[in-house]
Amino acid sequence: MTAISSRGLTKRFRGGQLAVDHIDLAVPAGSVYGFLGPNGSGKTTTIRMLLGLAFPTSGQAELLGVPMPDGATRVLHRVGSLVEGPAFYPFLSGQDNLARYDAADRTADPRTAQARIGDALDRVGLLSAARKRYRHYSLGMKQRLAIAASLLRPRELIILDEPTNGLDPQGTREVRALVRQIAADGTTVFVSSHLLAEVEQVCTHVGVMRTGRLVFQGSLPELRRTGAARVVVQTADPDGAVKVFAGLGLAEPQAGTDEASAALGDAEPEHVCAELVQAGVGVRGFAVASPSLEDLFVGLTGEGFDVDG
Amino acid sequence: MSTADETATAVLTPPAAAPDYAPRPVTSWLRMFRAELRLVFRRKRNLILLAVTAVFPLIIGIALRLAAPHSQGGGGNGPGATFFNQLAGNGVFLSFIALTTLLILVLPVVLAVVAGDSIAGEAGYGTLRYLLAVPAGRTRLLAVKYATIVVFGLCATVIVSAVALAVGAALFPVGPVTLLSGATVPLAEGLLRVLFVTLYVAAAMAALGAIGLAISTLTEHAIGAIAAIAILVVTSEVVDQVPQLAAIGPYLPTHWWLSFDAILRMPVDTSTLLKGLLSFAVYIVLSGSFAWARFTSADVTS
Repeated sequence: MTAISSRGLTKRFRGGQLAVDHIDLAVPAGSVYGFLGPNGSGKTTTIRMLLGLAFPTSGQAELLGVPMPDGATRVLHRVGSLVEGPAFYPFLSGQDNLARYDAADRTADPRTAQARIGDALDRVGLLSAARKRYRHYSLGMKQRLAIAASLLRPRELIILDEPTNGLDPQGTREVRALVRQIAADGTTVFVSSHLLAEVEQVCTHVGVMRTGRLVFQGSLPELRRTGAARVVVQTADPDGAVKVFAGLGLAEPQAGTDEASAALGDAEPEHVCAELVQAGVGVRGFAVASPSLEDLFVGLTGEGFDVDG
Repeated sequence: MSTADETATAVLTPPAAAPDYAPRPVTSWLRMFRAELRLVFRRKRNLILLAVTAVFPLIIGIALRLAAPHSQGGGGNGPGATFFNQLAGNGVFLSFIALTTLLILVLPVVLAVVAGDSIAGEAGYGTLRYLLAVPAGRTRLLAVKYATIVVFGLCATVIVSAVALAVGAALFPVGPVTLLSGATVPLAEGLLRVLFVTLYVAAAMAALGAIGLAISTLTEHAIGAIAAIAILVVTSEVVDQVPQLAAIGPYLPTHWWLSFDAILRMPVDTSTLLKGLLSFAVYIVLSGSFAWARFTSADVTS
C-alpha cells in the first residue's frame, strides 16, 4: 500500500512557470520519506497539491488511496500536516489555537477535544506554555505547536514541510526526535527539506526534486547504489597502476602523486587487486570508495546548490 | 543508517484506526460556528468596534438633549429631519435617529472590518491553509464565515437600537408613538416597530456582509478588503445622490438602506420594504455565489 502516490502531477502557474513537472510519487506506507530539493524546486507546491490547497494543472494524486483534491474532506482528517511554516492566531494562546483547528474538524469528537489538545501539547513539550499567547512564543515553540496541531488526532500520515526551517541545532534535534517517535508509532512521515543532512538520519526513503522534476526516488540504499564506486590504490607507482586499470577497461583512470584511482564499474575489486600485484605494482593500500549521500544529492540537484566537495 | 533501514521494513503496517467518532453534520457545523463566533467576539479589535458603535447613540442623545429647546426646524428634509423633530416629544425616536446617522458610515465600516477580515485575514495569517488541511471544507468554512458576519452585523445593529432606546428613555419623555404618517400607536407597538426597523437594518448589513465576504476571497490583505468595502459603500451613496444617475439608483447596494421609514407609517409601506428586502436578497445571492465560485476554485497560496 502506498500512503502517497501521484501520476504525472503537474502545476503550471498563471505566469506560465512550470513549478511541478509530471512527477510520479510513490511513498510506501510506514516509511519515513525525505522529500528533498533546493528551495524553489517545487516541493511546497507539490505538498499544496497533495493537501488540496492548490489544484493541479494536470495529473492525479492520491492520499491513502483517496484521490485529491476531490477527496479532501474524506481523507484529510487522517493526515496531519505542517505546510510552509506554522500559522496561528497571534492573539490566542497555544491551547486556544489548537481548539480552533480541532473545532473545524467535523470528524473530531468534541468530548475528547480537551484531552487530545493536552496530549498533543504534552507530546511536543509545550504543556507549560499552553496558556501563553502565540505572539509570545519563540520560533522553536511555534514550530512545535504546528507539529502539535498535526498530532491532534491519531494520523496515518504526517506531512511535514521543512519542519526544521529556521531552528537552531537544538530545535532541529528536537524535531528529528519527534519525527522518529511519530514514525515509531507506524505513522507514515513525509518530510521535506532542502538539506539532506537534516533528514538522512531519520529517512528510509527519499525523493529528490530538481526544477520541478523528481530526479530520484527510492530507498536510501538504492540512492547509495546510484553512486559510482571508485577503486583507490595507494602505491609508489601510480602510472603502473593506471596502466593496469586501462588494461582492465576501467573508466576514468587517474594518477596522483602516490595514489591512483579509477571507476570500479562492474569489475570485481579482488580481481583488480590481484591484477595490480600480478603486474608488479606495489600496493600499500587498496580501497573501494563510494560517494557520500551528500555528494550524490548534490549531483542530483545540480548547480545552484553549491556545496564544497 | 542501518537502524533506519530496519525501521522501514519492520513497520509497514499503518497504526490501528482509532475508534471513529461518527460525525454529525449539524452538531459539527455548530461547533465550528461557535468557535468562529468566539474568535470574532473575543477579539479585542472587534469588541472595541462594538463599544464605539454603542457610544455613538449616547453622544447623539446627549447632544440632542442639550440642543433640544432649539431643535424645531433643524435643517434638511427627509426622514432624518422628521425624526429629529419627533425626538423632542418621544425618546423612542432616538433609535431611528441613531440608525439613520450610523448607517451612513459607522455601521458599514464596522461590518466591513469583520467581513473584509473573514477570508483575507485567515489568508494573511496563513491559518487558511491549516483550516483547509484540517479539513474544514471550503464551502463549509465559507458558510460559517458568512453566518458569523451576519450575527456580528445583527449584534452591532441591535446595540445601536438598544443603547439609543435606553438613552432616549433616560433623556426624553417616552409615550405613545406618533408615526410619520401622523397616526399615533401605543408605546408597545412603537417598540415592536423599532424591532422591525432594527431587523431591516440588520438585513441590509447582511447584504453588505455578503459583498464583503466576496471581496475578502479576492485578497490576502485584510486591510485592503476592508478599505475596498468602505470605498464601495461611500461610492454607492455618492452615486445615489446624483440626480442624473437616478436610473441606476435602485440597483445600488446602499439605495434601500434608509427605506426603513416605511415601517413607521400607517399602514406600513410594504411595497417599498419588499423592494428593499428583494435588493438585499439579490445582493446576498449574487455575492454569495461569487464568493463560493471563487473560494472553491482558487489555489490557496498564502
